[in-house]
Amino acid sequence: MLELTAYELAEKVRDREVSAREAAEAALARIDEVEERVRSFITLTPELALERAGRVDERAGSGGIRLWEAVPIAVKDVLSTRGVQTTCGSKILEGFEPVYDASALRNFGGDMIMLGKANMDEFAMGSSTENSAYGVSRNPWDLERVPGGSSGGSAAAVAAGEGWWALGTDTGGSVRQPAALCGIVGLKPTYGRVSRYGLIAFASSLDQIGPMTRDVRDAALLLQAVAGHDPRDSTSAGVEVPDYLAELDRGAEGLRVGLVTELTNIEGVEPGVREVVESVARRLEGAGASVEEASLPHAEYGLPAYYIVAPAEVSSNLARYDGVRYGLRVPADGVHEMYRRTRNEGFGAEAKRRIMIGTYALSSGYYEAYYARAQKVRTRIIQDFRAAFSRFDVLLSPTSPTVAFRIGERVDDPLAMYASDICSIPANMAGLPAISVPGGLSEGLPVGVQLMSDHFTEPMLLRAARAVEEVVDFRYRMKP
Amino acid sequence: MISEEQVRHVADLARLGLTDEEVSKMRDQLGVILESIEKISELDLEGVPPTANPLNLTNVLRPDTPREPLPREEALRVAPEVMDNMFAVPRID
Repeated sequence: MLELTAYELAEKVRDREVSAREAAEAALARIDEVEERVRSFITLTPELALERAGRVDERAGSGGIRLWEAVPIAVKDVLSTRGVQTTCGSKILEGFEPVYDASALRNFGGDMIMLGKANMDEFAMGSSTENSAYGVSRNPWDLERVPGGSSGGSAAAVAAGEGWWALGTDTGGSVRQPAALCGIVGLKPTYGRVSRYGLIAFASSLDQIGPMTRDVRDAALLLQAVAGHDPRDSTSAGVEVPDYLAELDRGAEGLRVGLVTELTNIEGVEPGVREVVESVARRLEGAGASVEEASLPHAEYGLPAYYIVAPAEVSSNLARYDGVRYGLRVPADGVHEMYRRTRNEGFGAEAKRRIMIGTYALSSGYYEAYYARAQKVRTRIIQDFRAAFSRFDVLLSPTSPTVAFRIGERVDDPLAMYASDICSIPANMAGLPAISVPGGLSEGLPVGVQLMSDHFTEPMLLRAARAVEEVVDFRYRMKP
Repeated sequence: MISEEQVRHVADLARLGLTDEEVSKMRDQLGVILESIEKISELDLEGVPPTANPLNLTNVLRPDTPREPLPREEALRVAPEVMDNMFAVPRID
């Protein structure tokens, strides 16, 4: 059962060939077997998973489940789950039990078969899970290496077969980069496609929830489950949700693919990664797509502009952790000293760095030079994409410039860590949908290729991603 | 570049009680990060409109319909300290 894709498992549950409870038991047994080595989860919820699986089976018996409801899932610990500890990977939220579920989970009808809350970099800031206050997750392909981040626990869980799929969040690449490093599929939908209500905020103009799955069909199915307008999130889009599975198998024929020079032929992209991307391009061409070079002239400014916009929003969003209404409080005589102690003890090093950068960039006298300029750079990046999408359906590049790096390798070098997101950030800055699909191996480790497309064109993006899956030699297999 | 004095000022704005050791490390790291961010100053951005939200949303309105609020006990259940059915804080200085 653990070898099936989520879609295949869901069909079997729907057709009563296996029960959701059996599926949950199989996943929990696999967790027992590998979790000590992989450490994907901050909190495990086996009783809850079994209880809800039982209810899903009852409903399946009376003919009433939607496919996605049948499949046990790991949920990144940044999504609020009613009555289940939600830490965001931070000491400041240790023991915090939200009083409601995130809206993105609403289509599971309260019976989401959740296996547990997946590990992550603190407040989703990082590219390795090394910023988690609850320990580092391991890459199932090589336990000495990071799974990527910030949704590293979700990626590791899927790659290790601790369940079939997971939800992550992506602000600068946090779904796609760990998916790439762990050899799975990761989709960041269009900004506004999935409600952020109950997603604990990092950078509100960039954050999106996305599927992390074994293959592209699974990503389409999980997107179907979480997409949609939500009156509780004013940035969620009132755009109709299409059938994400309908166009999947239309193949590469006629697709106009642009290979992005500025994200592929640049310093920092490993030769092995570039080779995989170029080979995918050739194979797509062989399958009937047209492939030409595309240019995003301002792509190189994406990273520096992001490191103004994201920390600025962080400094505002993380102001709420003040030891008053929830979370950690470190006692002190006066309220100001209580704030200072609580926040200094509760936040880890990276969270503090970002709060500091953001507070500085927004402070009097610096706002124009930093934040206001970064917002204009953002416009330039969007204009580049608009020009590119007049010629191309999808844009191709690496997802991550490197394969999975060793634990500890970048932990004391913030700039090296930030560079992990150089290829993935532009899509967040422009609010575009983007997906990472395994393209092959380099040094025995998975390489992800990224496809980006125009706002709300996920059906076409998923079709192109499925076409990549068809032409590459990579197939999902549980590790370790 | 950024001085230790500036680091302390920004930390104070952000209500972060950094230790002396953290202040010194933060000065070095922020210096390097800010230098890399400076790259955007080389662009000519005259007349370029800012983007605050990638979908260019402006005011999003909804009908002002009353609904049941979160019960007080629920909201207070996760609080670090409660007094007389309210959030309690240390002396306000």
